[in-house]
Amino acid sequence: MTAIVSVEKLTKQYDGGVHALKDVDLEIREGEILALLGPNGAGKTTLIECICGITSISSGHVRVGGHDNVTDYRAARSQIGLVPQEVNLEPFETVWNTVRFSRGLFGKSGGDDHLESVLKQLSLWDKKDSQTRALSGGMKRRVLIAKALSHEPKVLFLDEPTAGVDVGLRKEMWNTVADLRDHGVTVILTTHYIEEAEAMADRIGVISKGEIKLVRDKDALMSELGRKLFIIELAEPATQIPEALQPFDLALQADGAEMVYTYDTTGDGTGITRLMTALSGTGLKVRDVRTEQSSLEDIFVGLVEGEGRS
Amino acid sequence: MNLYAIWAIYRYEMARGLRTVTQTVVSPVLSTSLYFVVFGTAIGSRIQEVEGVSYGAFIVPGLIMLSVITQSISNASFGIYFPKFIGSIYEHLSAPASFLEITAGYVFAAATKSLAIGVIILITAFFFVDLDIQHPFWMALFLVLTCLSFSLMGFIVGIWATNFEQLQLVPLLLIQPLIFLGGTFYSISMLPPTWETVSLFNPVVYLVSGFRWSFYGMSDVALGWSLLAIFGFTALCLGIVWLIFRTGWRLRD
Repeated sequence: MTAIVSVEKLTKQYDGGVHALKDVDLEIREGEILALLGPNGAGKTTLIECICGITSISSGHVRVGGHDNVTDYRAARSQIGLVPQEVNLEPFETVWNTVRFSRGLFGKSGGDDHLESVLKQLSLWDKKDSQTRALSGGMKRRVLIAKALSHEPKVLFLDEPTAGVDVGLRKEMWNTVADLRDHGVTVILTTHYIEEAEAMADRIGVISKGEIKLVRDKDALMSELGRKLFIIELAEPATQIPEALQPFDLALQADGAEMVYTYDTTGDGTGITRLMTALSGTGLKVRDVRTEQSSLEDIFVGLVEGEGRS
Repeated sequence: MNLYAIWAIYRYEMARGLRTVTQTVVSPVLSTSLYFVVFGTAIGSRIQEVEGVSYGAFIVPGLIMLSVITQSISNASFGIYFPKFIGSIYEHLSAPASFLEITAGYVFAAATKSLAIGVIILITAFFFVDLDIQHPFWMALFLVLTCLSFSLMGFIVGIWATNFEQLQLVPLLLIQPLIFLGGTFYSISMLPPTWETVSLFNPVVYLVSGFRWSFYGMSDVALGWSLLAIFGFTALCLGIVWLIFRTGWRLRD
């Protein structure tokens, strides 16, 4: 597959000395949804801003559709649509005017038919004459998407599209993104929710401290990251793991009040049934059970350590 | 050349002006009318003619300049500051548009608005005093160039400002005194010689003088100097804008 966006040795150092991006290499394939996963401050937004031309590049190159985004910025930028993290719409402007403004700014005339179809696709058509301040939070975000799509870009960047958005709206946003991909738009989104990357992306890139740790197909990555913890709270603390439970490789925590079983959700069987059966034979009293998924932080630590070992 | 970008910004800004028509047009016209009533009719009748022109008529060019300059600055500075303030500037920075195109959109829109105000005030003046425009072409040229150059300056102020207070600072502390001391309400020849010399360092003197010449054929400084001042000022502002976009100052990290 051809790369629609290619980033080569991109470095960004702010005036204050902060090294936000270090030698980033990234290829984005045409038609895919790529999720950039990383904690706050990892450099996700900086990377997007460097590609879109909002932030200047310290060194390295970015090409969009083969055009360098500095020397041939008009051609490069006209293929990009950007949905920023913050909802920053002019409050007194109508939806229609603000979307039409974006199209003009990106050098396209007319196109009322296209704007109409974008607004309809995003369920905003009946709000086209409303001032943006009168819209709900979810609608405002969709207006930002409509603005980004107004000039028919090939690549759409979504910077944390669901930050601070409730569950229902998040699902709605996921559907919107899937729909966009079906319309042939390449989508790059950033998130710090692993389940979001899982729900939407074809490929996942992990970024931390200004470096791309890895970029992998989602399915491959998810199975790698699919570790989950099954935690058994005991009525009375145990001093050691009973003999019968030894095969499960349990760990004690919270001064023996909890036993932790680690399993792989993507495997054929989790082993939980066998564990519970064995547990009932030991005479230990269980107060409660719960499961925990390794947090993103843990995954990063795991990834970085893993790289160090190999 | 991304002409559509210029047009999009222009149209957007003009729409904002129409939406807030009371603020953009009515209030400057009202305040200027008040000047006419107070200085032209009430006090002006007790002031001698200035070089053969009644005082009420004498202050008309200065009053138009006063409004046009302050309005140009406030329109253009607000126009670019507002997207910065709400954050929608990201769109301008990521658009396939050059600094010249973005500047042109905002500056043309601001200049159009202040030009409209200038013309409305001129028409209003006809109701208060007897006016006589000796050099209409030069009058129009001075008016248009003043609108453009001070809109450019306002654009720079809007980029420079990091809060609303700073946005008011330049018009209030710099421009207002320069305008009032720039011969708007008097001829600098009325001043003691020392202050007349000091006034020559005030760029507004050259604008008002040239503009007044186009009405009554009299001026404080030679027409050539006035033209040089307005073109020089425009070039200076353009140069600063070019530098700002080149370096990304206050716009790009």
